[in-house]
Amino acid sequence: MMNDLDQLEKQLLDEIAAAGDEAALEAVRVSALGKKGSISEKLKMLGSMTPEERQTMGPVINGLKNRITDAITARRTELREAAIAARLERERVDVTLPVAKPAAERGRIHPISQVIDEITAIFGDLGFEIAEGPDIETDYYNFTALNFPEGHPAREMHDTFFLEPNAQGERKLLRTHTSPVQIRTMEAKKPPIRIVIPGKTYRADSDATHTPMFHQLEGLVIDKTANIANMKWVLTEFCKAYFEVSSLNMRFRPSFFPFTEPSLEVDIQCDRSRPGEVRFGEGNDWMEILGCGMVHPNVLRYGGLDPDEYQGFAWGMGIDRIAMLKYGMPDLRAFFDADVRWLEHYGFRPLDLPTLFGGLSS
Amino acid sequence: MKFTLSWLKDHLDTDASLDQIVETLTMIGLEVESVDDKSQLKPFVIAKVVSAEQHPDADRLRVLRVDDGSGQLIQVVCGAPNARAGLIGAFAKPGTYIPGTGITLSVGKIRGVESHGMMCSERELQLSDEHNGIIELPEDAPVGQSFAEWAKLDDPVIEIGLTPNRPDCTSVHGIARDLAAAGLGKLKDGTVAPVPGKGVCPVDVVIEAPELCPGFGLRLVRGVKNGPSPKWLQQRLIAIGLRPINALVDITNYITFDRGRPLHVFDAAKVAGNLVIRRAKDGEKILALDGREYALTPENCVIADEKGVESIAGIMGGELSGCDESTTDVLIESALWSPLNIARTGRDLGIITDARYRFERGVDPEFAIPGLELATKMVLNLCGGEPTEIRAVGFKPFEPKVVKFPASEVKRLTGLDVPAEESHAILKRLGFEPLGEGEVVDVKVPSWRPDVDGKADLVEEVMRIHGVNRIEPQPMISKDSVSGKILTTAQIRTRMARRALAVRGMMEAVTWSFISEPQARLFAENRPLIKLANPIAADLSTMRPSLLPGLIAAAKRNGDRGFRDVALCEVAATYEGDRPEDQRRVAAGVRRGTARPEGQGRSWSGNVAPVDVFIAKADALAVLEACGVPAERVQIEAGGPSWYHPGRSGTLKMGPMVLATFGEFHPKLLEEMDVTGPICGFEVFLDAIPEPKARPTRTKPRLDLSPFQAVTRDFAFVVNRKVQAATVMRAAAAADKKLITGVTVFDVFEGEALGAGKKSIAIEVTVQPTDKTLTDEDFEALSKRIVDNVAKQTGGVLRA
Repeated sequence: MMNDLDQLEKQLLDEIAAAGDEAALEAVRVSALGKKGSISEKLKMLGSMTPEERQTMGPVINGLKNRITDAITARRTELREAAIAARLERERVDVTLPVAKPAAERGRIHPISQVIDEITAIFGDLGFEIAEGPDIETDYYNFTALNFPEGHPAREMHDTFFLEPNAQGERKLLRTHTSPVQIRTMEAKKPPIRIVIPGKTYRADSDATHTPMFHQLEGLVIDKTANIANMKWVLTEFCKAYFEVSSLNMRFRPSFFPFTEPSLEVDIQCDRSRPGEVRFGEGNDWMEILGCGMVHPNVLRYGGLDPDEYQGFAWGMGIDRIAMLKYGMPDLRAFFDADVRWLEHYGFRPLDLPTLFGGLSS
Repeated sequence: MKFTLSWLKDHLDTDASLDQIVETLTMIGLEVESVDDKSQLKPFVIAKVVSAEQHPDADRLRVLRVDDGSGQLIQVVCGAPNARAGLIGAFAKPGTYIPGTGITLSVGKIRGVESHGMMCSERELQLSDEHNGIIELPEDAPVGQSFAEWAKLDDPVIEIGLTPNRPDCTSVHGIARDLAAAGLGKLKDGTVAPVPGKGVCPVDVVIEAPELCPGFGLRLVRGVKNGPSPKWLQQRLIAIGLRPINALVDITNYITFDRGRPLHVFDAAKVAGNLVIRRAKDGEKILALDGREYALTPENCVIADEKGVESIAGIMGGELSGCDESTTDVLIESALWSPLNIARTGRDLGIITDARYRFERGVDPEFAIPGLELATKMVLNLCGGEPTEIRAVGFKPFEPKVVKFPASEVKRLTGLDVPAEESHAILKRLGFEPLGEGEVVDVKVPSWRPDVDGKADLVEEVMRIHGVNRIEPQPMISKDSVSGKILTTAQIRTRMARRALAVRGMMEAVTWSFISEPQARLFAENRPLIKLANPIAADLSTMRPSLLPGLIAAAKRNGDRGFRDVALCEVAATYEGDRPEDQRRVAAGVRRGTARPEGQGRSWSGNVAPVDVFIAKADALAVLEACGVPAERVQIEAGGPSWYHPGRSGTLKMGPMVLATFGEFHPKLLEEMDVTGPICGFEVFLDAIPEPKARPTRTKPRLDLSPFQAVTRDFAFVVNRKVQAATVMRAAAAADKKLITGVTVFDVFEGEALGAGKKSIAIEVTVQPTDKTLTDEDFEALSKRIVDNVAKQTGGVLRA
């Protein structure tokens, strides 16, 4: 009997060890511990034994059962581990394979839009609103109401795009500056006025720094006290914030525009010694950046305001130009070519929202 | 406007340095564009050729030994025919940059003989075009001294960019006046003493066009001897870029710059009879002094004699009556012309002259006659002769403008605190005449300042002379509250639209507002085209009625460069007419190739499908969602404008309002635009989206979450091919609006098994019970309602 049991145990343990998968192991288990299993059969024999025999054989057979059960459990664990390991090996992939870039990383915002957003963030903080106006204008809004005298060269075909006369015989034009919106704003609301006007403008001109369409930023402040000292402050603060430098040397010098009096041009001190790069806040060069002045009394009158009661200042600068100065694009024409290589390089990620709290540019 | 420092000092008594003068000019509004301090000429010294021997190996070369004052004789090889012993000239050492050739000298060997420098020609020093020989100086020229200094060639040349409002500063005298006013010295008296004449001017003048010629002065000087003008005069003219011609002509050019007074000289022998100032006859021609013939119109003012037109008034004289070396009797003209007419004639004829430059800005009417006197004086000095009296026709007495000037305006407009007396002093220095003293005075405007009309102009005068730099920046009064929303709904939508599209992988382009006429026509839908009268190019001639042609052309350009898979968008204006309300704000996009949001091009994980109508639809809906319009509130109609594929395009509407159109492009359109597909696009009309309703509170509606499990059920219907999926979805959803919270299409299938003209649409219906778990019977009843409703609305039957 004992020999039989030793024999059985050895055989079962061999079978357990040889079981190659969970199904084979289960077959071994059934053959040993199932209803008619070899160990179950031995256990049944206990019933027909004498108490003494039972006393001896009981623990022996039960011991065998427990050892076999443990061996099966252990083997099962082993097989599972091996199966998982095999599965993991089977499922191995080459993680160096490329994945698609997310759409939000591929898309781009045009520099002009981004710079307009930067400008909006700054002037929003200074209490300005954004105003807009039509690209197709009348001679009145583009010239007359802005105090351009008859016969001014800007009124000629040489500089200004005119439309063919319309059904009423009126010859409209493409605005040559964003200044007509000054008049439209004065007509629409009473002072105090604090607006900036970003928009498209057109002049019959084309070379590396002039395109027939370009973008301007107009500013207009009208109340009962706004003067050149305020204008200097606003423009200096704007330039510092826009170029993201802590200090900036600006030079205001007298100039002439038909729609302002006094008129000034503004230069920024900069360093242009590095090719393709302009640094502000350092260097010995002066670069002209904008024109400005006190709104001409005639313009106020055209806007329906009494120049002895109201006063204010206005300025204009090229959006494309300040974009080029800040971000270093060499050629204005490329702005309007929609070359995806240019857009990818000079454009901005759609989630890069310019804010003052997070910085205008990242 | 160009002048030299010494010329300026003829009018300005000053000790100021060149730097101070330049800095001051810019800061008073006369922006200095360039300064040529002639430092290039500094290295050239006066040297004497001590000996000149034949070069051993070259017939035309000589070997010179040159004394440059350094104490050592220098060997120089020279090819100039006039190089000879005893000649005194201008010498350049090795290392000197030669402005006329652009070359820096080095020690060279010429045909085997070393040369340690160069004796220069006038052309090499850019003094003239003379290059037939080297410069020859008088015997008393001091060897070793700076040539430029000795010859007074070191006179710095200053160029200012003059603003159009300052005719007075088209003259050196006017510039000196501004500098003196700014404290940089004392203006010298420019008064011209009249030159007495003998007898009347024999040539009579009739002004037939007084509106174009408010005054004409003429004087004959008999017995002049014309020839080259003196060196000093030639040098000044050369310095500012003018070519000396002869004394009579040089005098007129000199006074043009010196006093801003253009003049003209006629050779009296070549003038027949009297002069008439009139409008040109149509087609009348003149051979002008520039050697070109101009055809004139009655828009142009001319000076004519019995033979015909002798001068284009105020712009350029005629070749036939011009002065040359043979001139013995000269008629000197000093006139006033209508600035507007001069500007127009100059532009029409394409002539730019120093006279036009001044007359179109407005010359000093009070200096017409003094200018003529000054010219007479110079003619007598340089050419001799005997003048007649001046014949002056048409001049009216000058009436100065008077401007009421409250001194407080300076503070009001600039923030500068300038006492009234100081303001008045500044104005006086500029030639204005404050009539009296005190806070508010009348100020008389000088005849040379036609630009000054009102008190703001006087503020500018005070400000620029007192100093713009002295204005301290002053913060604007802030609102004392947090800045609120500053953008309008339209502006917010514009921004949201472009970022929503960029997030979908599109690149924002900015394309021209004008496109070619044929392309505009393709998208104009029978509306009249908005055409430019003067486009700079045919492909930029017509205002775009749609953003799509520009974007399609851009996609094509990129394709031609090798980038076929592109997704471009633009948020900008289109123009349906020339009124402000015809300008629409549109968000548009074009995708080509495989440029889909999920990726583009080929991939190891499976190739990206080509773009199609559904991508365009998703783009359009993304814009609408970003602008606050939920996709569920938008109605979709099949078909769109003519440029789309009629079976692969759609229109998004809200009520009668068209919010967007989208689709794949019509093959004919692609052919017309010479571009190949797959390509799709969309346009969203941002102005058509209704304004959001004003909300009293920002609180979001209450959210009720059901505790019961949501369940999905699938149905497949066989319907006619023309039945739209949206109809099936709507019919299913309508079966129980409370329980059914979602319907999606998960399969569309056409096949022979279904029968001709049929298709199968499979939908998944999401059911969300809210008050109890549904029983099998409940589901059966709901399913039946869904099937019945779909059958009723579409004729579809549940697929077996």
